[in-house]
Amino acid sequence: MTVITRTFWTVSLSAVLGAAALSAGPGRAPQQPPASQTTPPPQQPSEITTTISGGPGAPPRLAVPDFIALSPDAETAAVAKAIAPVLFDDLNFEKEFALIPRDTYATIPIAKSLEDVPFDRWRELNADGVIAGTVQKTGTGVHVEIRLLNVRTKLQAFGKSYDGSAANPRLYAHTISDELHMSQRGLRGVARTKLTFDSDRDGERMTGTIESRSVKEIYIADYDGLSQRRVTTNRSLNIMPTWSPDGRSIAYTSYKRTLPNIFISNIYQGTMEELTKGGANNYLAAWSPDGTRLCFASNRDGAGNIELYVVNRDGSNLRRLTNHPAADTTPTWAPSGSLIAFVSDRTGTPQIYTIGADGLGLRQITRESYADRPSWSSGTTNEIAYAARTGPGNDIKVIELATGQVRQLTFGEGTNESPTWAPNGRHLAFTSTRSGKTQVFVMGRDGKNIKQITSVGNNYQPDWSK
Amino acid sequence: MMRLGRSTLTLVAVGLLLTVACGKKKPPIAVPTPPPATAASATPSTPRPPAPPEPVAEPVIVPAEPVKEDAIASGSLDEINRNSPLKPIYFELDSSDISSQGRAVLDANAAAMKQYATWTVTIEGHCDERGSAEYNLALGERRAVAARAYLVSLGVSADRLRTVSYGKEFPFDAGHDESAYAKNRRAHFVITAK
Repeated sequence: MTVITRTFWTVSLSAVLGAAALSAGPGRAPQQPPASQTTPPPQQPSEITTTISGGPGAPPRLAVPDFIALSPDAETAAVAKAIAPVLFDDLNFEKEFALIPRDTYATIPIAKSLEDVPFDRWRELNADGVIAGTVQKTGTGVHVEIRLLNVRTKLQAFGKSYDGSAANPRLYAHTISDELHMSQRGLRGVARTKLTFDSDRDGERMTGTIESRSVKEIYIADYDGLSQRRVTTNRSLNIMPTWSPDGRSIAYTSYKRTLPNIFISNIYQGTMEELTKGGANNYLAAWSPDGTRLCFASNRDGAGNIELYVVNRDGSNLRRLTNHPAADTTPTWAPSGSLIAFVSDRTGTPQIYTIGADGLGLRQITRESYADRPSWSSGTTNEIAYAARTGPGNDIKVIELATGQVRQLTFGEGTNESPTWAPNGRHLAFTSTRSGKTQVFVMGRDGKNIKQITSVGNNYQPDWSK
Repeated sequence: MMRLGRSTLTLVAVGLLLTVACGKKKPPIAVPTPPPATAASATPSTPRPPAPPEPVAEPVIVPAEPVKEDAIASGSLDEINRNSPLKPIYFELDSSDISSQGRAVLDANAAAMKQYATWTVTIEGHCDERGSAEYNLALGERRAVAARAYLVSLGVSADRLRTVSYGKEFPFDAGHDESAYAKNRRAHFVITAK
């Protein structure tokens, strides 16, 4: 048992909820205005507490029963009911705990209060820890308290409380999961991260074209695929979205002015910037890790040759990064910001290279028959995921940069493309046609636990927020 | 064809007008103001003023044939593109090389662009679904650029030719077999101004 310091404090969720209250594009009102409330100061009492461990070599077994509604109104009851299943899935996603299936303890009565937890019943289920949560109505929303209790010692291992709106119970679950993972496992969870992708689900057609062409719009979703929202509404082709490092903006390639250009949607303000303008074609923006610059591919050299360029976020200080008669495209930044990985077909087939952000030090990384869409892990492992042609279609592979070792994560079920790392380097999102249409899936970095997270229309080119 | 139809309509319209004019023998306003008896009026037996409505439409009707404009160029941009004299060219997998068949098509496209010397054209590069979405943007660009370079070599001004790549975003044929792929690996010519 490790002894760590725990702070049991009250934080206001309003900032986080505000962040979740997305305006889904220019002119759209935020769907969930954050309850304006004063942020109570952290109430400290620092205590000594413990992490819960499982049996030897086994992850701790956790139970996540329904939260207790301490107020009789329907809204409080609904929030209490909604949190636990989401928290269960969030905790289950990182595989740091062995989650005991919720239906196995459906018969255990929900405690009336935190003092009323039936520890003996939880011991019967071989639970190492049990979540005890309460929801209470407040003047502006709800007060949510969560404790992780050690079933053997009956001591609290983790505790926190939150005040915020009742509009988005999922966000309490996501926040609890991330903080619990950090407290108990020292892990940066991804429950509050989001995905962006483009989709033809609206079935709208491009105007002004002779062939019937489907529009694609940019969407966002929680990491688990829920709370999907449309970001662009321009009825054109909008593709290759990427999150700014602060998660507040999305850069994407849009054909709304006929030729492809890079646009930036500031999704919380509902404003838009045009990063590139004019007569050239500009594609595939990638943010620097500090968010101050973007790299993109453009044919602006006059010869129509696709090269990489780097530009400040405000469109200033444009400079050319690559210079080769072959195509140089699909950039991605290393987490350090000093290197950029990209795709070039200078050997005759598209392969992944790295180059310094200063344009020096070119290095070929892959020797596949065809490789595209590098995504550089920002986790502790220094590896790049990419899509490689493995047959009639593509599969996701990962190369470890230090050793050059390649591992394949998908194996010809449909075609698999556009990998993007979760910010903790433990998961990947990608697209696959394995279920028919093109959909976004997530999986572990070992290729296991593949889960489909979109289902309406076709969905393409996911990018995981940082 | 269109013009003929329009002339026929105009004729009918004028005919109708005349009929109406004849039917109304005495336009109420014209009657009370008889022409002043001048020396020049050699026909004293005509108290009514000459009906003036006809001459306006008449001359336009006659020359329907000589004005016959180019059936292609006279349409709207949409109409022109729907029945475009500029035909697409097709590529091999992963390739932007122009085949001899493609060159023949481009020769004809260049001739059409010389005939319609005011047209500006956007060359769209497209790919089949086997390549990855991101790299296909570059491949599509290269196909469009290859087509443009060949047209320029035939004397079409580069100013009149823009390129754009759609990668594999807009397949012409939604199928998942080689016959669909072959149709999707293409450079497509869109007239954007005439």
